[in-house]
Amino acid sequence: MSTAFSGYKRRVARILEKAGAEIGDVIQITRENDVIEGILIPRSGSNDAKHVTVKLSNGYNIGVRITPKTKIKKVGTGPKPAFTRPPLPKQSMDLPKVVIVSTGGTISSRVDYRTGGVRPALTANDLYSVVPELSEIAVVDTDVISNLFSENVTVKHWRKMAAVIAKHIKKGLAGIVVAHGTDTMGYSAAALSFALQNLPVPVIVVGSQRSADRPSSDAATNLIGAVRAAAYAPFAEVAVAMHETASDETIIFHRGTKTRKCHTSRRDAFRSINTSPLARMKNGQIEMLLESYRKRGAYSKLILKPNFNEKVALIKFHPSIDPNIIEWYVSESYKGIILEGTGLGHVGRYCFSKIRDAIKNSIVVGMTSQCLWGRISMNVYNQGRDLLALGVIPLDDMLPETALVKLMWILGQTDDVEEAKSLLSMNLADEFSRRTRIGETA
Amino acid sequence: MTSIYSEIGLKAGLEVHQQLDSRTKLFCRCRSKLFSGDPIITFMRQLRPTQSELGQVDPAALFEFRKGVRIIYEANDESSCLVEMDEEPPHPLNREATEIALTVALMMKAKLVDELHIMRKAVLDGSNTTGFQRTCVVATDGEIDLKGKIVPIQHISLEEDAARKMEEADSIVRYRIDRLGIPLLEVATAPVIHSPQEAQETALAIGQVLRATGKAKRGLGTIRQDINISIRDGALVEIKGVQELELVSKIIELEAQRQLGLLEIREELERRRAKEKDFKDDFRDVSAIFQHTECKIIREALDQDKRVFAVRLPKFADLLGRELVSRTRLGSEMADIAHFWGRVGGLFHTDELPAYGITNEEINKIRQHLEAESLDAIVFVADNLRNAKDALKAVIRRAREALKTVPEETRGARVDGTTRYLRPRPGAARMYPETDVPSFRLSADRVEKLSGCIPELPKVRISRLVEDYGLNTKLAKQMVDSEYASLFPMIVKESAVSATVVAVALTETIKALKRDGVDVERISDTQLRDLFILIGSGRLAKEAIPEVLTWLAEHEDDEGEEAIEALGLAMLSRKELEIAVEEIVRENTKLVEDRRMGAAGILMGLAMKRLRGRVEAKQVGELVKKQLKKLVG
Ligand SMILES: [Zn+2]
Repeated sequence: MSTAFSGYKRRVARILEKAGAEIGDVIQITRENDVIEGILIPRSGSNDAKHVTVKLSNGYNIGVRITPKTKIKKVGTGPKPAFTRPPLPKQSMDLPKVVIVSTGGTISSRVDYRTGGVRPALTANDLYSVVPELSEIAVVDTDVISNLFSENVTVKHWRKMAAVIAKHIKKGLAGIVVAHGTDTMGYSAAALSFALQNLPVPVIVVGSQRSADRPSSDAATNLIGAVRAAAYAPFAEVAVAMHETASDETIIFHRGTKTRKCHTSRRDAFRSINTSPLARMKNGQIEMLLESYRKRGAYSKLILKPNFNEKVALIKFHPSIDPNIIEWYVSESYKGIILEGTGLGHVGRYCFSKIRDAIKNSIVVGMTSQCLWGRISMNVYNQGRDLLALGVIPLDDMLPETALVKLMWILGQTDDVEEAKSLLSMNLADEFSRRTRIGETA
Repeated sequence: MTSIYSEIGLKAGLEVHQQLDSRTKLFCRCRSKLFSGDPIITFMRQLRPTQSELGQVDPAALFEFRKGVRIIYEANDESSCLVEMDEEPPHPLNREATEIALTVALMMKAKLVDELHIMRKAVLDGSNTTGFQRTCVVATDGEIDLKGKIVPIQHISLEEDAARKMEEADSIVRYRIDRLGIPLLEVATAPVIHSPQEAQETALAIGQVLRATGKAKRGLGTIRQDINISIRDGALVEIKGVQELELVSKIIELEAQRQLGLLEIREELERRRAKEKDFKDDFRDVSAIFQHTECKIIREALDQDKRVFAVRLPKFADLLGRELVSRTRLGSEMADIAHFWGRVGGLFHTDELPAYGITNEEINKIRQHLEAESLDAIVFVADNLRNAKDALKAVIRRAREALKTVPEETRGARVDGTTRYLRPRPGAARMYPETDVPSFRLSADRVEKLSGCIPELPKVRISRLVEDYGLNTKLAKQMVDSEYASLFPMIVKESAVSATVVAVALTETIKALKRDGVDVERISDTQLRDLFILIGSGRLAKEAIPEVLTWLAEHEDDEGEEAIEALGLAMLSRKELEIAVEEIVRENTKLVEDRRMGAAGILMGLAMKRLRGRVEAKQVGELVKKQLKKLVG
């Protein structure tokens, strides 16, 4: 029987099995003083083996305690749920072509009501059935490369994303949309920003903060905004598309190297840090917010550099941190360390000797700030000046996560420590901004 | 009475919704408090229909969405947080509210469920930011005792209240989310009520049990009833949002009458041999006929480049204008339906014309244009093509239904007990599990603990009020029915005012003031308690109660002290009172000479009038008699 996937365990599973009851069947539960009838519903999440979940005729679910005297009988088969796809919208073929590369996350999913979970929308038709408006914006094709919660995305997946995107761009299209879980979306956007050089078209990374199973989900609005930008935006950069506020009014585009998830649950969780967002979309119109950006069509040939070196660490300094952590990375043959220091770019003096050892062992060490907002300045205090003297590379206003990704990418391109150091300080994908704007604040 | 209703096969069920007075909301720790004044934040959302568990999309919801309805939400900081904004997952189910719900369930002898499962009930009109209402059954199979007759309670559930609708215009709806998330207890009876009177009594009995917990919120909108009504050959119609208990029986009477009226229309159509296939979506542009019209509504529409579209309803003449119940005709039903589907402001039908500046000549021209026969009715609207088409399509659908049956629908109650079409009845399968809140087991310990402290049932309470407080039975009953039932013992205890005086004030006086238009709902518990403490300490006369209550209703932030000052109600001292009585007696020497001791009554009345609210009647009486005795010996 199918209780293997139903969440029922041990004793209850055995009783259900004996009754021949499967998920969706109408069952009758007889106890000492009452009889309950309802549709057998899967159980999720708990290790409980004492209750059965049934859906009553009024639609409500309840949990019924099973005692040794309880009897369960199958009395009928319930209605079998099915996903009926609404009629597909008409596709006009003279619209720009956009490929949605799907990696997972709630953005590219639809509800599976049988299990209450979500499953990926696998094809363009699946997507059209959920967001029919897409067909009026572009000719959309989909390429599902994985179905991952974004915390499970690794360097390997960045490489694959970059390669798949390059393949589609080479075939010719108006733009790419990458559907991604939001938790590590900022890292992936930074990775693509370095791996895809001389982009001729936009690459829009998009996620959602409310799952697609609720009518209020931001998934559809974000996806529509992303596809529209991929098809028509004047810029050709890697950008993250999300809600700008709590409203479904505007979609904001953040530069891939300058953005970060700053809230656990809000729709506008992503922020551009130390720069203005790249562009805003309102009523389907795109307005550029930065004067200088890479224009669509400025390059005709994409350069793909998809290699990353995983032997890079991001270490957040905190009071009483054990400096031996750095030694561990040295012993594990790491090639790079990004420090997330305090304030203007400091770590405790008790870490200095281990940092010196790391640099002596040809490890590239860069400094960023855990303040996130503002740039580091290691010349103001002795502590900073001494770190510079050790050979720590100041990384200005670069985000710690972007610095990590960048160093992984650099060390994926070269083994030469000096070259790596100089690349780390160079502005390759607008990861540095030269001015700190007056209005720039958390 | 009952026999008429059993003859027509009336069946009614009630769903009573009562806001609970828990410290915080059901799924977050915001206070359950509404705000007035400007919101500090507004945000816009659009809700997208999702498929139900069985893979269906509610057609009405899909239609709303395609029309591009935008919802503006208003919030302030005190009454809402990110949870109500749907910007943060719900917190665990409020324990206090759950215990109140379980207590009610035990009082109604219902079976508590072993494990609570929170469900999402799809609601796409914008009243919930999520697009669904969170709800869970806490008990099933209860009963309510109606003087011997047992009305079965199907289920008792705990759910979150919805946002308050502030405004609706074109395709924008405005809601305030302060009310969203307030715990709401739903008590649903089986559809076994067979007369309007019985329904009213059931509602009252349920209300008594809810109030007996002492945890029912009070004030306008804190208790709302939905009524399901059907008659034989009619249809199940759901009437939503009945705020006045007193309206329950009237609404049922009127709805039964409305359905009977519709069945008569069906018979008449049958006699006229109306055929379903003759009703066609054949909409004609008749704008040209109105080129020089005197009709302001049409004139304005044409000036805005809108058009007039008409459709023929074969054999419907005189049926659209026939009154079903007060304020309700098939024509007005169609107008509401046309508004729902086509957002048109209204429609014209030939049964009500000539009127509104539309002439017989214009009507005849339309009739000719549509080749209408004398038994045909014509319906027309002035709007843009899309709205007009949606509206007239809905009119044709409704006309076809009129041939067959009474349609199932959701209606809204008006204050006079009549109802109006709101929307089609939502499909059955619109419930799915709330995956963000874990299910919740009721331990035997907890149930036992709750069973040990069940509040008294109303009957018991009435006899105790009679015994312990010396109220007469009528007053005791009124007190138990009152929203102030739980406040009563507290006030008597802390103020030391006579229990009868308190009970009269909390029932009869407040009811009378309400009838006179005083907004008594605004008077807070604290204000009431404070008022009686002032009376108990002799600083305010009990005769001043109505006046002070009226004042307090308009001064939410003030207390009794301020009322005394503002109304000049400070009690007179014994000395001042003596002087005042002497004065009154002196002014009426003739009367005293004529009637001697018999003048006491009139003098007493004069004194009470002049010194209104600043003296105790008993004291005045004593002094008047004393003075009279002095004068007449
Ligand atoms: Zn809240």
